[in-house]
Amino acid sequence: MAAEVQNASEHHAEEHHHHHETFWNKYVFSIDHKMISKQFLITGIVMGIIGMGMSLLFRLQLAWPDKSFPILNTFLGKWAEDGVMDPNMYLALVTIHGTIMVFFVLTAGLSGTFSNLLIPLQVGARDMASGFINMLSYWFFFTSSVVMVVSLFVPDGPAAAGWTIYPPLSALPAAMPGSGSGMTLWLVSMTLFIASSLLGALNYIVTVLNLRTKGMSMTRLPLTIWAFFVTAILGVLSFPVLFSAALLLLFDRSMGTSFYLSDILIGGEVLSNTGGSPILYEHLFWFLGHPEVYIILLPALGITSEVIATNSRKPIFGYRAMVGSILMIAFLSFIVWGHHMFVTGMNPFLGTVFTFTTLLIAIPSAVKAFNYITTLWKGNLQLTPAMLFSIGLVSTFITGGLTGIILGDSALDINVHDTYFVVAHFHIVMGLSAIFGMFAGIYHWFPRMFGRMMIRPLGYAHFVITFISAYGVFYPMHFLGLAGLPRRYFTNTEFPMFDNLVDINIIISVFAILGGLAQILFLFNFFYSALRGKRAPQNPWRSNTLEWTAPVKHLHGNWPGEIPEVHRWPYDYSKPGAKEDFVPQTVPISPDEEATGH
Amino acid sequence: MATQATVNQDEKSIWGGGNKPLGASYGKLMMWFFLISDALTFSAFLVAYGAYRFKFETSWPVPEDVFTHFPFLHGDWPLLYVALMTFILIMSSVTMVMAVNEGHKMNQKGVTVWMFATIIGGLIFLGSQAWEWYHFILGDHGAVRLEDGRMAHIADHNGETVSLHTLIHGEGAEHDHYEKFATEDVIAAFKSDSRLQLLFPGKNRDIASHNASLPLIEKSYVVQGANMKENEYGHPLFANFFFFITGFHGFHVFTGVLLNLIIFINIIKGTYERRGHYEMVEKVGLYWHFVDLVWVFVFTFFYLV
Repeated sequence: MAAEVQNASEHHAEEHHHHHETFWNKYVFSIDHKMISKQFLITGIVMGIIGMGMSLLFRLQLAWPDKSFPILNTFLGKWAEDGVMDPNMYLALVTIHGTIMVFFVLTAGLSGTFSNLLIPLQVGARDMASGFINMLSYWFFFTSSVVMVVSLFVPDGPAAAGWTIYPPLSALPAAMPGSGSGMTLWLVSMTLFIASSLLGALNYIVTVLNLRTKGMSMTRLPLTIWAFFVTAILGVLSFPVLFSAALLLLFDRSMGTSFYLSDILIGGEVLSNTGGSPILYEHLFWFLGHPEVYIILLPALGITSEVIATNSRKPIFGYRAMVGSILMIAFLSFIVWGHHMFVTGMNPFLGTVFTFTTLLIAIPSAVKAFNYITTLWKGNLQLTPAMLFSIGLVSTFITGGLTGIILGDSALDINVHDTYFVVAHFHIVMGLSAIFGMFAGIYHWFPRMFGRMMIRPLGYAHFVITFISAYGVFYPMHFLGLAGLPRRYFTNTEFPMFDNLVDINIIISVFAILGGLAQILFLFNFFYSALRGKRAPQNPWRSNTLEWTAPVKHLHGNWPGEIPEVHRWPYDYSKPGAKEDFVPQTVPISPDEEATGH
Repeated sequence: MATQATVNQDEKSIWGGGNKPLGASYGKLMMWFFLISDALTFSAFLVAYGAYRFKFETSWPVPEDVFTHFPFLHGDWPLLYVALMTFILIMSSVTMVMAVNEGHKMNQKGVTVWMFATIIGGLIFLGSQAWEWYHFILGDHGAVRLEDGRMAHIADHNGETVSLHTLIHGEGAEHDHYEKFATEDVIAAFKSDSRLQLLFPGKNRDIASHNASLPLIEKSYVVQGANMKENEYGHPLFANFFFFITGFHGFHVFTGVLLNLIIFINIIKGTYERRGHYEMVEKVGLYWHFVDLVWVFVFTFFYLV
């Protein structure tokens, strides 16, 4: 049966060599996972620029609410006449910033890019199980991105109910400007996005299950693959529930149903809706929303495992514990959603149950954090930019995780709920960790993606400035939150109690702008190196995994001859008795090794 | 690391790579994972339905009182028609199994016949659902909606429901006769007969006496049938969920019939004979069984309990 699989896929590969390669089927409607991964990455980067640009605009507003900035008028037009931002536009900006960053950059941009690139290459497959479905997945994502960007230009402005789009703001088109056509487009875009995510995830799962090369048992999979595999399962199980929530919302919006609506007065007029409750939406949303955190985080953690082991020249510490903690995190992520809803009038007993399950996540998370540190411990550290970003991830994972213990506890959460403390927490633990993981992945696998090397000094500058400004932005937010400053407020000038927080807000904005500028270094490095960079050697990081055995120049089908067979796990670094400090997975176990049991 | 080598030898047989550990092609696995995903979508709807049903336990309509029609038959036939629909859908799963079975035997003619039967079963189900929706939308007895949002039926002194048609014309409506009644006429007719009372639909069948009903009906309006906003049978959310969930399921059946049709055409053209296997029939078969299984849950939660 094994031979049958391989023959089939080889045949498949050959078929495509005979195809006439045109611009369209090579660069646009490609079914090659390597090209699709680049498409995901470039789209993700473009969306990332938009999302980050928005955050800079509203940081200007928060730090200097009474100053006029011509640049706001340039970007926002009628929403910032005289250079002062319209409150409705502020709400729209934070909404779209959140949506784009969470879904378009850190879900599709991260998972889409690296699952696509690495799953076939690291498990030893010619391509994804279904190249066609893979292509569809990208084009659904692309269309969804286009719809989201188009929603920025509708007359009433884009969706403005926050990235969680709670009803009734999202359910009643008349509720506020951002509840109109912008909201409808938001829902259309997310529906397409869910379709894309489902198609992608199905492919990732079955490719890992069915297309591993000979000898690539589940316990020889690199941890990246384990992370992508479990992420895909999380997506398959949680996104459909968001889809349900969105469909019910769509009916409330356009058909007059009352799933989420009851007893509402709008413009002095009583609506006929009775019986529904927005709390239902919150439950459905957070049933996706919490696993979504791990859909974002796990791929970054997987990438970090790989990068840290390779660049410490040491086997990953506790491989099985790492796999176990991924599975445990994934399982727990489905039974903790209530911790987002402690202030909805939830029964305090239920609150303690959710507190308990939430705090349990600290166990597998700590296992991962300690394993990273013990892998680094006494390693022969190669401080490449990828390695620095991975170590940065370990740092943010710990600092953000610690505040998670506070927010996961219902008694403590109530005090800081919906303040900047929450903003600080999730940006550090989820936003920064995931984006650091993404940068680590880009710096590490850039040679594999583009066949060229990135410029190292620029990478170092990028890391140092990004790391410092990231903490500069989010660390002070803890103090804002503890002082009681609520999130999502357009300005805080109306509250005398917050007057002494103005300076902190200015510091945060300065760091935000600095961090934003640092990304120009990255963008230049990325695009320049992709076109003009130094040619990459076969295995630049002297890594064990299979992707570095495939030719630098991409070919459809990945390996020119037979797919290599795998004989060992991927973490044989600095092995006693080995000639070099790495032993690729394709090297057979030597009689010596078998004798000593090493 | 020491354990690495030894463990892998045990696993080599199935999970060791270069193999299909679950004994299924990638396409079939994809279908399975898709179905798991779709199951969660339906679960979310049914859980939401359950939550509201228990929230409004007393005013939730009793299915036996709502679905009472049967084509060409007079009188009350509670849940009989939906039982027939369910039976037909389940039978179409049986014919699908037969089609898959004939596919394993590479019997093109057999697959054609059974696949055709499956498509017909699906179409009958869809038609029946349309019929059921038609009568649900049109309404049965008619009701009044009170100022506080509660629905009330008109009942005689025995607590038996009196239809608006009987109330106004003194006799029940002819089969398939539909008439819209004005609120003033209904209120006037109610006031003129002191034996009439208001009945609140739901499992308790609470009744307000004639005198207690007078101030209530004074500020009510007539509701006939059900739509996204009103529902003569009881709580409006019942109608919301009925339309939404059976509609969403019906859309699945519709897609299933379309998929079956495409496969059916391929069967006739001999595509799978040339390919050497009928796995596509199995894959759409999985989808079809799933759609049937979901209906069993919808049927249970909407009609039976």
